[in-house]
Amino acid sequence: MIDISPGALLSFASGIIFSGFVVLTLAGAMVAALSRHMVRSVCGLALSSVGLAGLYYFLASPFLALMQILIYVGAVCVVIMFALMLSEPHERRRTRRYETIVSTVGLLIAGLFLAAFIILIVRTSWLPSSVQSNHGTVQDLGRALLAQYGFAFELISVVLLLAILGALVVARSGRSPDS
Amino acid sequence: MNWMTWCDSLQAYLIVGAVLFAIGLLGFFRHRNLVGMLISGELVLAGASLNFMAFNRFVAPDPVSGQAFTLFIMAIAAAEAAVVLSIMIAVYRNYRSIETRDLNELEG
Repeated sequence: MIDISPGALLSFASGIIFSGFVVLTLAGAMVAALSRHMVRSVCGLALSSVGLAGLYYFLASPFLALMQILIYVGAVCVVIMFALMLSEPHERRRTRRYETIVSTVGLLIAGLFLAAFIILIVRTSWLPSSVQSNHGTVQDLGRALLAQYGFAFELISVVLLLAILGALVVARSGRSPDS
Repeated sequence: MNWMTWCDSLQAYLIVGAVLFAIGLLGFFRHRNLVGMLISGELVLAGASLNFMAFNRFVAPDPVSGQAFTLFIMAIAAAEAAVVLSIMIAVYRNYRSIETRDLNELEG
């Protein structure tokens, strides 16, 4: 017996969309981690970020979804692509033996961590909080950023400023001033 | 518990975050140049932020704290990417390569 009430259809559609975002996130991450061409890796990171933004939307936080796309797809991926074009990394083939050893060790360690995490996640009984002090809307977030987390917020701005200055200094060093 | 309700549970998001972390770790081992390692690091950070967001939605008493933390993670990741990429360009200027195998002057 198939339930075709609007509520059930809506929940079915949202399940499909959620799975699509999960697949997008993980497939993009796989491309980023496994591809030998760096340009494909960056594109995989962008795909993965879009999927992650969808998951943030499902977690009732459209603001963070927007920020994820703006910062990761719009800034980080573009900057990585620029650095890629300036430094043209060409992955040379190593010996087959070395390749297999590194891949096996990496797979083993990653699988170990994954298994440990999944066992931990499934076996713990997570208790939902009984009260929530607000609804986590953008207004609440803005108020908290300027009141509760004001100091961290200011520190982050200083860190960003220093990172920009540092990046300029490091990237310019070694160049003659007249060139 | 059927599949639809399981999709909207804390465990589903945590498992996706754990898989992202594991993929990032694997990429860290497989890539042999600095750009690839930076990208893998970003994947690990993405897994961590997804965990924060999931806990924020389902178990946190204050549903703003996780969002603020994720915003801070994004800002730190952007700053880190800028600095790492400028270092990469400086390294490339000196060594004509950003492969980890060629950067071995500190080896004993």
